[in-house]
Amino acid sequence: MIDTNVNLFRWPFRRVVGDDPADLVARLCKKGVTQAWAGSFEGLLCRDVAGVNARLATACREQGPNFLVPLGCINPKMPDWEEDLRRCHEKHRMAGIRLTPNYHGYGLGDPAFTKLLSAAADRKIMVQIALSMEDTRTQFPLLPVPPVDPAPLADIVPRMPQLNLMLLNAGYWAAARTPSVRAITRAGNVCFDIAMDEGVGGLERLIAETSPSRVLFGSHYPFFYFESALLKVRSAGLPRDQEMAVYEGNARSLLHRAS
Amino acid sequence: MLDRRTVIKGLVAGALAAAAQANAEKSGDASKSREHFRVWDVHSHLESLPGDTPEARMEILARHMDRLGVERLILSQGFGEHMPYPTPEQVRVENDRVMRAVKRFPDRAFGSVFLNPQNTDFSLQEFDRCVRDGPMVCIGELETDVRCNSPVLDPIVERATSMSVPILQHTWIKAAGNETDESSPFDLVELAKRHPQAHFICGHTGGNWELGIRAIRDTKNVYAEIAGSDPVSGFVEMAVRELGAERVVYGSDVGGRSFASQMAKVIGAEIPDSAKELILGGNLRRLLRPVLEAKGLKS
Repeated sequence: MIDTNVNLFRWPFRRVVGDDPADLVARLCKKGVTQAWAGSFEGLLCRDVAGVNARLATACREQGPNFLVPLGCINPKMPDWEEDLRRCHEKHRMAGIRLTPNYHGYGLGDPAFTKLLSAAADRKIMVQIALSMEDTRTQFPLLPVPPVDPAPLADIVPRMPQLNLMLLNAGYWAAARTPSVRAITRAGNVCFDIAMDEGVGGLERLIAETSPSRVLFGSHYPFFYFESALLKVRSAGLPRDQEMAVYEGNARSLLHRAS
Repeated sequence: MLDRRTVIKGLVAGALAAAAQANAEKSGDASKSREHFRVWDVHSHLESLPGDTPEARMEILARHMDRLGVERLILSQGFGEHMPYPTPEQVRVENDRVMRAVKRFPDRAFGSVFLNPQNTDFSLQEFDRCVRDGPMVCIGELETDVRCNSPVLDPIVERATSMSVPILQHTWIKAAGNETDESSPFDLVELAKRHPQAHFICGHTGGNWELGIRAIRDTKNVYAEIAGSDPVSGFVEMAVRELGAERVVYGSDVGGRSFASQMAKVIGAEIPDSAKELILGGNLRRLLRPVLEAKGLKS
């Protein structure tokens, strides 16, 4: 099982289990995970992005080969973000990056974001965008962070066929069946995780609206209970081959394209 | 044909493996089988589901209940758009829909009566029609029609107490402020202190559960209900730590939410199996036992 959506280190507003990398890996192994794609909670608020990525890369390397796959943090509104991207790819050998635009103060219609996507596509690395991290209703009241509006991607994605894009925590937009969201779900080079996919029959709906090959297991652990994603797959009534594709096969394909 | 307990064992065994080990360290009870869980869900609706009739939607719920071993749910109002300040006729229609679904699936669902407490006289009549003289066993989900600390609820609570019927009250503490007339756990505590013999289920525990748990901690006749929020880790552990497992109740808030994400809060929590058993159904059955026995129903 490959979990495409975990984070290392400390959530800024609460202690969560597994906020020590070794502990997290031990917990994931017990749950049957064989590989986890890891971002860093530090990347949400820390401005020294290069330091965040160096610590992420080191922590992932220390947990052994091929278990934690680090996904670096890039903020295209920061000076010289291009060097951060270069280090992620060339120095830390990362297969991708994970963006949190709502915590970094830009929308997906921002030209700086398009420039970053283009640079990532040129390097053939994967781009994950976390559309949200938590329900806006439960956020710390002095730090409200609205979810990212994915609508601009409807125009951007078709112009970048080389891009390997994955949207995380897209649940907030699942009910927004606007033309732009529908266009994104139909785009062949956009994948989705299931952490915030909700409702009775939610996973079956997501697969029907996208493709059996573009839905990947992602738990948002340790912020969420891991078992939420696990039980969604186990209770979806999917054919065995689709279930295995969600658990692992689709993630392997995406990582292969990005490596 | 697999029975439901076998199904839940098969489905969640893998999910529980890690938690079981952690539980074993805490409780010394690693050998206890998860097949012993009897899952009762205190919070469900027929909305956000396909199907034109209550029976059709309940059939879908029953299919998904089977997949995760949910034995029974308490069904509340909701079929289409949310109706703030419903008229008596709208309230009656909602309750009739629930009773139709329950009638078709009597071994999978109990009904919970929807009321608009702003209309006290009609609420008492509707309680009598649906609970005293009908098949329903609970009140709620009381929603955003009036904040629940209002005295207009007092006669309704007294009627519920006379039959030992628990009350499910929607509560939130929204970061940007609650909606008009939307209740918070603080409102519910005010009501509960006026009615110490009544049993109140604090729907969503305020959503912001770190605040909601603290708000109800000292009011022993208020139970924390875990439905309808993201499966944020730590929720159930804190509730058990601060309230005791006997005061925590599982609910899902399907169909807008999934059984999976909400059950995961309990299944994935690092608490003993004995606590999970209480939260997933034991506590609810204990709360409902008097009214079920009075109606000749089994818990």
